[in-house]
Amino acid sequence: MIMIKAEHIYKKFGTLEVLQDVSLEVHKGEVISVIGPSGSGKSTLLRCLNHLEKINKGSIQIEGSYIAGEDAHGKKLSIIKKELSITEKEIRLTCKKIGMVFQNFHLFPHKTVLQNIIEAPMTVNKMSKAEAIKEAELLLQKVGLLDKRDVYPSQISGGQKQRVAIARALAMNPDIMLFDEPTSALDPELVGEVLTVIKELAKDHMTMVVVTHEMAFAREVSDRVVFMDQGQIIEDASPQKLFTDPDHPRIKTFLEKMI
Amino acid sequence: MDYIINITTAILKGSVNTLQLYFVVVLFSVPLGAAIALGKLSKSKWIQRAVGIYTWVFRGTPLLLQLFFVYYGVPILLRNIGAATGMPLSVSIKPFAAAVITFSINYAAYMAEIFRAGIESIDKGQYEAAKVLGMNYWQTMTRIIIPQTIRRVLPPTCNEAITLVKDTALVAAIAMPDLLRAAKEAVTRDFTITPFIIAAAVYLVFTSVVVVVFGKLEKKYSIYE
Repeated sequence: MIMIKAEHIYKKFGTLEVLQDVSLEVHKGEVISVIGPSGSGKSTLLRCLNHLEKINKGSIQIEGSYIAGEDAHGKKLSIIKKELSITEKEIRLTCKKIGMVFQNFHLFPHKTVLQNIIEAPMTVNKMSKAEAIKEAELLLQKVGLLDKRDVYPSQISGGQKQRVAIARALAMNPDIMLFDEPTSALDPELVGEVLTVIKELAKDHMTMVVVTHEMAFAREVSDRVVFMDQGQIIEDASPQKLFTDPDHPRIKTFLEKMI
Repeated sequence: MDYIINITTAILKGSVNTLQLYFVVVLFSVPLGAAIALGKLSKSKWIQRAVGIYTWVFRGTPLLLQLFFVYYGVPILLRNIGAATGMPLSVSIKPFAAAVITFSINYAAYMAEIFRAGIESIDKGQYEAAKVLGMNYWQTMTRIIIPQTIRRVLPPTCNEAITLVKDTALVAAIAMPDLLRAAKEAVTRDFTITPFIIAAAVYLVFTSVVVVVFGKLEKKYSIYE
């Protein structure tokens, strides 16, 4: 089953072409790592996939539902906002299947760890508080932070914050998880605990797209690695191939610098 | 001593009006200010422009002039319209109502700017986090953004709350009996400045209470920091 299908997408910020003719297919249970130099469009690609950014051209389908582009009848969807013919609400419903974890966590600072996790299940999914708490506690156990349930985000470390952010995203029962450089804002000794949680998710066959600079992690966990440079995907291959024998010389130089 | 007690009683009676005015204005101006702040942040250019004119006018002209306009000007305006259209429009506005309307509208303009700045100071990541969790605009504002804004707008709001205590003295100009007027009557009648000193003390008590209340609120809303 195809979970994400992005076809020939283009994205401009002003005159800057951030994405140029990018296509990506992600199947159920696949873990895709997106690597490449800074400014290559990795994060923007991820942000387009869940409609945080609107694309200028191309199309994106999530589990068969368009969130951007042209549908089968040639109707233009929300490439840019004036051409909406699916409503923001429909897009929101489709995007609910996607969880996202940010580089800077973006936890809600005025809510405790537990409140961060139960917020969306209660307000968006109208789950009862008791049930939401029950599920949140399971998730906290999974990320190893049950003892932190009643503290505020300001009182925990970056690695713990990111694990809470993962639990918060999982609380909405997403089919797909997007990670936007989940360990880039962390002290080196805290990276491992976050990667462990993501690896656990990979074992549970969660469909994931991970933008990362952690090469060892990308190599170990991914089914496919996508290399981006200057707004384009220049190689999409198995980690084996991409890390040992890439077709593109640009990738070789990049990897030499990283390792 | 008896004299001081008598004067103080008279002044406190006058301050009942002041307090009533104060709380009614707070009750109206805070929600109105919040609504206008959301208008300022609206995507619609027309709403933005309309509330822009509103704050431009009410922050840019004297409060006393606005008070005169509502109390004296509006009835005249309505009478003239009545005369021109043949409809019998004659309205007289009570001083208290005129003061409530003017102060609420005026303070809402200031509160709107404070709230707008507070809302804009919240990190964009908070909106994105709410969005990827499936929350709509209303849920995002009421559950995520505004609760964080409250903590940040408390200090400037405290300033406005103190200013409002003192601005209520302007109602003397439209013959509404209040704290200051009670004191002034005693001064002109008895040729002593004691009532002014008592009035100053009462104002100080009011503003001190405001400061203490806001201090408590700030503490309450900073537990998460």
